[in-house]
Amino acid sequence: MMRAFALVERDMRKFRRSPALLFASLVMPLLQLIILGNAFGGNIKNVILGVVNLDRGPQSVDVLERVRAVGANARTFLPTDYDDQGAAIADLRKGVLGGVLIIPLHYSRDMLEQHQPHLALITDNTDRSVAGAVGAQMADLVASINAPHVAPREAPQAALDVVEVYPYIDYMKYLLPGSVALAIFMTAMIGGGLLFIDDKSRGLHEGYMVTPITKWELILGFNLSGVIKAMLAGETILVLGAVVAGVPNFFQPARLLELTLMVALTSVALIGMMFFIMARISDPLVPRAIFGVLNTLLFFPSGAIYPIAGFPRWLRWLSAADPFTYAVHGLRTLLLKDVGITAITGDIFALVLTSALVLAGATLLFRRTL
Amino acid sequence: MEAPSQSTNDVAIEVEGISKRFGALLAVDNVSFEVQTGAIFGLLGPNGAGKSTLIRMLTTLVPPTSGTAVVAGHDIIRDPNAVRESIGVIPQNMTSDPELTCAENIGIHARLYGITGARRRQRTAELLEAVGLADRANALASTLSGGMRRRLEIARGMVHDPQILFLDEPTTGLDPASRISVWEMITHLRVQQGRTLFLTTHYMDEADRLCDRLAIVDKGRIVALDSPVALKSSVPGASRIELQFEPDLPHGAADLEALPAVKSVRALGSATYRISSDRGPASAQELLELARQHKLELKSLSVQSTSLDDVFLHYTGHGLAEGAEGAVTAGPAKKGGPR
Repeated sequence: MMRAFALVERDMRKFRRSPALLFASLVMPLLQLIILGNAFGGNIKNVILGVVNLDRGPQSVDVLERVRAVGANARTFLPTDYDDQGAAIADLRKGVLGGVLIIPLHYSRDMLEQHQPHLALITDNTDRSVAGAVGAQMADLVASINAPHVAPREAPQAALDVVEVYPYIDYMKYLLPGSVALAIFMTAMIGGGLLFIDDKSRGLHEGYMVTPITKWELILGFNLSGVIKAMLAGETILVLGAVVAGVPNFFQPARLLELTLMVALTSVALIGMMFFIMARISDPLVPRAIFGVLNTLLFFPSGAIYPIAGFPRWLRWLSAADPFTYAVHGLRTLLLKDVGITAITGDIFALVLTSALVLAGATLLFRRTL
Repeated sequence: MEAPSQSTNDVAIEVEGISKRFGALLAVDNVSFEVQTGAIFGLLGPNGAGKSTLIRMLTTLVPPTSGTAVVAGHDIIRDPNAVRESIGVIPQNMTSDPELTCAENIGIHARLYGITGARRRQRTAELLEAVGLADRANALASTLSGGMRRRLEIARGMVHDPQILFLDEPTTGLDPASRISVWEMITHLRVQQGRTLFLTTHYMDEADRLCDRLAIVDKGRIVALDSPVALKSSVPGASRIELQFEPDLPHGAADLEALPAVKSVRALGSATYRISSDRGPASAQELLELARQHKLELKSLSVQSTSLDDVFLHYTGHGLAEGAEGAVTAGPAKKGGPR
């Protein structure tokens, strides 16, 4: 058993001498956290909305005032007046406008006669996010037009009040668990898979195999040093990310301990998986070639950047088989909800099961001969 | 098969009908031999003759297809870990870590043999001293010259003081000065404690200089095995003598052909002859005697004794450089067979 620590010592000495590996493993998840975290999830603002008023009656002025109020306050869209409907739609097609609002002829008359007048919103649905934001804002606006001027004492209709149980969660906080898992994955790939195959092809393994180190000690040594490096990367992103994203009450000892447990379990599962994949590979090009494939297969279906609930059924199956999913869910639960370990027993079980399966597979595949 | 306890006394390595097949290629073909304890045993052959495959089987890196071997009293198939405990291996490829220092490389190797703590530090210092790298203890292995790097490999292989040391082409790729320093180290290793050395080489001069016994390997088989001296004397007519008389012999070449040790004579003109003989020095004696009898002066005489090149050519029918056809060495398993 003690011989396994020779491999750990080797990796730690190299790691200490050249922290390039840690740096390389951290750059991508950190950049992703900061850039994606700020790029996504912000409110859509400053969409230019063409307004064509064909009515010019008193009720249309009410609509225009409400549109200008949005332009002045929420700034979801900035209204620009158009006289010609055709010109406005042409500008929408050219991308000058993000949407066109048309107040039809006889709008005021229909309004006064309570004759169900229609406002038309034409949106550029090549960009669903912009179209959705403008549409939602306009729906609110129309609802406010319809609201009675004097509210009845008893509301005749059912209403929905949404209560958020956690403080405001911005996208960067939502993304942080995925970044931590990504840092662990990057280390597993660079410090685990790549290093393993490079050492093998450089003949370093031959040097170990002529010594009395057993197969078990070799497997333990390779995996243990990988897990230590992956945990260092994961913990670094966890702390940096929590500070940058402003996770509340992050530095509670019990919470840090629970998070560290999740980081450790994720590291064992991902390092074990990498070792399983690389057990029989000796060509140094292979890990480089499968790097991107693995990243896409593991990271995107995990719910790290978009909720799994929005996935089609087949993709949800992939998510269920992806150890990243459980790492991200477990870390997100601990980071954003702060509910303690009992809420993530399922995630813990899934990661332990994954680790057991991949390590058993790797042990079967690994050969102690050239 | 002999019981291990008996064979450890005088036989360090006992190989019995060992073979290794890579797909359609038979890299080592039913090879058997013994190596005595304390000897330097060499395998001489061209690249691809099967030397590395054989050494990798004996050092438990590659399992044989058939046959077995007993190394330091332990069967390589049934008890590979006991074999590994008893042997030191200096593989052909540099296996020290270029990103670690000399001392770290030796120290980590010591740990792989279960040597830790103060004994590890002491052993590391001793070995660095022994291979002349004490002043480079904290230099990264990547900064060493080829010869120094090879000496570091040797130090690593010696870390647990093994009974048998395997060296796979220890001087391949080294400059002449480094080769000599590695040779001196190898000779020195044998002098200490009667350690057994097993080496492979494709250099004739190396085999001739270092080995007590030499196996000539070609296309996976041992074609000859003896001491270098015995191998050389086993080649008929391999000594070449060139000489010039003043004046010429009375009957020319016929006088020379009458001498017992002479096998053939070629007249080169102006009283110069080239003689091939089984025994170079003995023939030279006879020639001096002949000159005295006829009261002739010997203007020049050169004796070129048998070289291992002649031996190799004699046993394999081709020179060392030509032997690489169908070359095979055992390598890390790759798709599509051996490299």
